[in-house]
Amino acid sequence: MSFELETAAVAGENLRRVAIDPVSRVEGHGKVTILLDEHNKVHQVRLHIVEFRGFERFIQGRPYWEVPVMVQRLCGICPVSHHLAASKALDVIVGADRLTPTAEKMRRLMHYGQILQSHALHFFHLSSPDLLFGFDSEVSRRNIVGVAEKYPDIARRGILLRKYGQEVIRHTAGKRVHGTGSVPGGVNKSLTAAERAELLKDVYQMIAWSRDAVKIIKELHEQNPALYDRFGTFPSNFMGMVAPDGSLDLYHGVLRAKDAAGNILFDHVDYQTYDTLITEEVKPWSYMKFPYFTSMGPEQGWYRVGPLARVQNCDSIPTPFAEHERREFVAYAGGKPMHATLGYHWARMIEMLFAAETIKELLHDDALAGSDLVVAGERRHEGVGVIEAPRGTLFHHYQVGDDDLVTMANLIVSTTNNNQAMNSAVREVAKQYLDGKEITEGLLNHIEVAIRAYDPCLSCATHALGKMPLEVTLLDAGGRMLDRKYKS
Amino acid sequence: MSRAPILVFGWGNPARGDDALGPLFVDAVEAMGLPGVECLTDFQLQVEHALDLEGRSRVLFVDASFGAPEPFGVAPLRARRDDSITTHAMTPQAVLQVYRDLQGEPPPAWLLGMRGERWALGDPLSASARRHLDAALHWARDWLTRPPA
Repeated sequence: MSFELETAAVAGENLRRVAIDPVSRVEGHGKVTILLDEHNKVHQVRLHIVEFRGFERFIQGRPYWEVPVMVQRLCGICPVSHHLAASKALDVIVGADRLTPTAEKMRRLMHYGQILQSHALHFFHLSSPDLLFGFDSEVSRRNIVGVAEKYPDIARRGILLRKYGQEVIRHTAGKRVHGTGSVPGGVNKSLTAAERAELLKDVYQMIAWSRDAVKIIKELHEQNPALYDRFGTFPSNFMGMVAPDGSLDLYHGVLRAKDAAGNILFDHVDYQTYDTLITEEVKPWSYMKFPYFTSMGPEQGWYRVGPLARVQNCDSIPTPFAEHERREFVAYAGGKPMHATLGYHWARMIEMLFAAETIKELLHDDALAGSDLVVAGERRHEGVGVIEAPRGTLFHHYQVGDDDLVTMANLIVSTTNNNQAMNSAVREVAKQYLDGKEITEGLLNHIEVAIRAYDPCLSCATHALGKMPLEVTLLDAGGRMLDRKYKS
Repeated sequence: MSRAPILVFGWGNPARGDDALGPLFVDAVEAMGLPGVECLTDFQLQVEHALDLEGRSRVLFVDASFGAPEPFGVAPLRARRDDSITTHAMTPQAVLQVYRDLQGEPPPAWLLGMRGERWALGDPLSASARRHLDAALHWARDWLTRPPA
């Protein structure tokens, strides 16, 4: 099926094509194509994912115990999310139905360190240039280096917040990247007294800076509500994981979904059965699939995940400062679901604060120093692991043979869950800002701003020098190339 | 906190063929056990790596390169604002610029780019990349033990 502006209704030869390729300040390589007629009326907008990841095939045939370390190579930004989602799936395979307190808390600490560093990176490094300088400001300034020059204090805090999250990861996973802390059935290390003291030393500063970050984004909304409330806004369903009591939990819980009006669609769903809920649709113009709730069909059943969904899907947040901010967020939207694309930034900063507070609480828990690290039980052949990664719900599903080799792997990464939503966002923005106007770089950046709000992770970390060129092509109504620019 | 005067920072994804050159180089340098040399790796260069430059007398950035001369090339780096940031990853020049904006003048730095040719997921290191790595390591042992100019 096709959505509004997904496929142009008129013949392509009368339309000119504008490409944003690759989309900048997102992870990996995606491109947006826009078809316009001679009056710059928008006829088609698509976010294409042009890199083929193929990671599921890469995993097949490998011993299951290698998987939590291997999958980290999917991404240089959120390796811990894959590490933990895979470990959770393999917990099921090795029959570890309940981890030891030390193992669960070490994993939670690692995960919230990951949330903290990833959200800090996204807000301060990738999105703040747009938010602080304006969407159509001077392009050479619209990056973290520009922020460091103009707002060194904000940039420094962003860097130190991310650095702190990386240190949490290093102490729990063994290394900043490619850590081995989590294993099927538990973890392979606990936290030493020295590591704990080192992390405790700075955690209150991280909480304070996270509170300030919420304040920054709140003020931006309040200064320009016409922009923040309307930019790329469209109704959608939301999905995420919550604790059994309905509170926000990014490590473990049950699946819950709400419709656009905030009514519960399903709740307390065991994620082992996710494949009875979700269908992944394939479209010929993108490598990334389009998931939807099977019972509602592709037209009505697509959904959003990530901070905006999670903060509104839960009934409460179990840390005091973040809960206070959640209530303000809900109040700002008048008690109804907020569907604004830029609301992702506000929700993301509430989650960053939640992560900093959770890290502080965990660091005061003596269970982190325990020595009972791994459990096992009845061996099984199939397991699903789900985690709320920084960008949203992340599914890892494996089947393992009697020879301990992986026979099937299916991953639905957070960005895939948001695929239809990101396409809807760029179409809304194209209608709002491009339709009938002269296309400028600043206006095209509006499209990217909408995509960046979702913090998409479009592929993984191949980036050798000269292998990530930027190409923008402009064609006229007859399909002739007017301009092409390269950067590498 | 005292820091080793020389930092060797390599980056790349070890699961993507010749993209592994940076981390492999750093692993090999670490195994040399050279005094005064600290080794770090990551998937990509990020803005917080500017903090890793603090207190160094010189820095060697190391990456696989599609366009480097064979077997490798070395060039001094200058801090430069980079408006071609296309992903979360940054250029070493931009990392130096962030250091300059936040901390002052960065330490002298060089980029070592080793020529690679295969980048697909699951690819092993190519035979030519292995030769380039060996040649770069031969050069590096001398450079890393040479007294500062």
